[in-house]
Amino acid sequence: MSIEVRLFATLREGRDKKIYVDYEEGLNGNAIVEKLNIPKDEVAIFLVNGRDLALDKELKENDVISIFPPVGGG
Amino acid sequence: MVKIERYRKNIGTLTKEENEKLSSFRICVVGCGGLGGYIIEMLARLGIGHITAVDSDVFEESNLNRQLLSNTETLGKHKALIAKDRIRLVNNQVELTPVVERISDSNAESILKGHDVIIDAVDSIDARFVLQNVASKLDIPFVHGAIAGWYGQISTILPGDNTLAKIYPDRCKEGLEKEIGNPSFTPAMVASVQIAEVIKILFKKGGLLRNKLLYVDLLEHDYITVDLH
Repeated sequence: MSIEVRLFATLREGRDKKIYVDYEEGLNGNAIVEKLNIPKDEVAIFLVNGRDLALDKELKENDVISIFPPVGGG
Repeated sequence: MVKIERYRKNIGTLTKEENEKLSSFRICVVGCGGLGGYIIEMLARLGIGHITAVDSDVFEESNLNRQLLSNTETLGKHKALIAKDRIRLVNNQVELTPVVERISDSNAESILKGHDVIIDAVDSIDARFVLQNVASKLDIPFVHGAIAGWYGQISTILPGDNTLAKIYPDRCKEGLEKEIGNPSFTPAMVASVQIAEVIKILFKKGGLLRNKLLYVDLLEHDYITVDLH
């Protein structure tokens, strides 16, 4: 069983657009971000199954995660 | 008196009554750079009656690649004042009030009050939170837009919403643009979506990006509407 992680914008640089992470009990967003070597300040929007979720919430098998970096120019 | 011929091509998209009403609206554009230049131009061509243009900066050479109000003759001049000159040429039926100030907690309320919509064209995350908070306090809709490289985002924030907290959590202090810059084409696109949102707010029509974020990736052609409920 795995968790699908979809990366957007510059988070794809040096990584695939879509990455599968093996599910293990207690896995949360913080662990996913660390496994993918993404600095925390590059995680602006963290969606689980299309809904905004805190990084410390536990994930479930087959969850689909989307991560967007911050865009702030004007 | 609204000149009909000037606005003939507005009609159909807008009704004649809506078009007439454009001149009664007051829109505040905060930031007169990449997004702001296009936003001010589009508001004036549409026929919005009053625009307040807020920016404390002057044009620099590095603005020339994208900022519509910048050119070789406006370098070193205040962006907000140049906006007034430009709009006089584009549509002299539009009144533009320049405000040469940086938006902050201390001046935001006095600058923003009395407008129908506030448009985000700033380049700082902190300034955006000031705008969201004061817009909410003043009961004014706020249209967020931001750009970085090939990427952009838009959301419509109505009074009482705290959408920015979901877009910019505390862990994010600055955006990608510090590393990947801003080219000419992304601000034009994001500004266009912001203006469409403004028109829909003003005339209560169509679907708004409320509690949603339109994320635009012009490199891979991903256009994703994220649910932020």
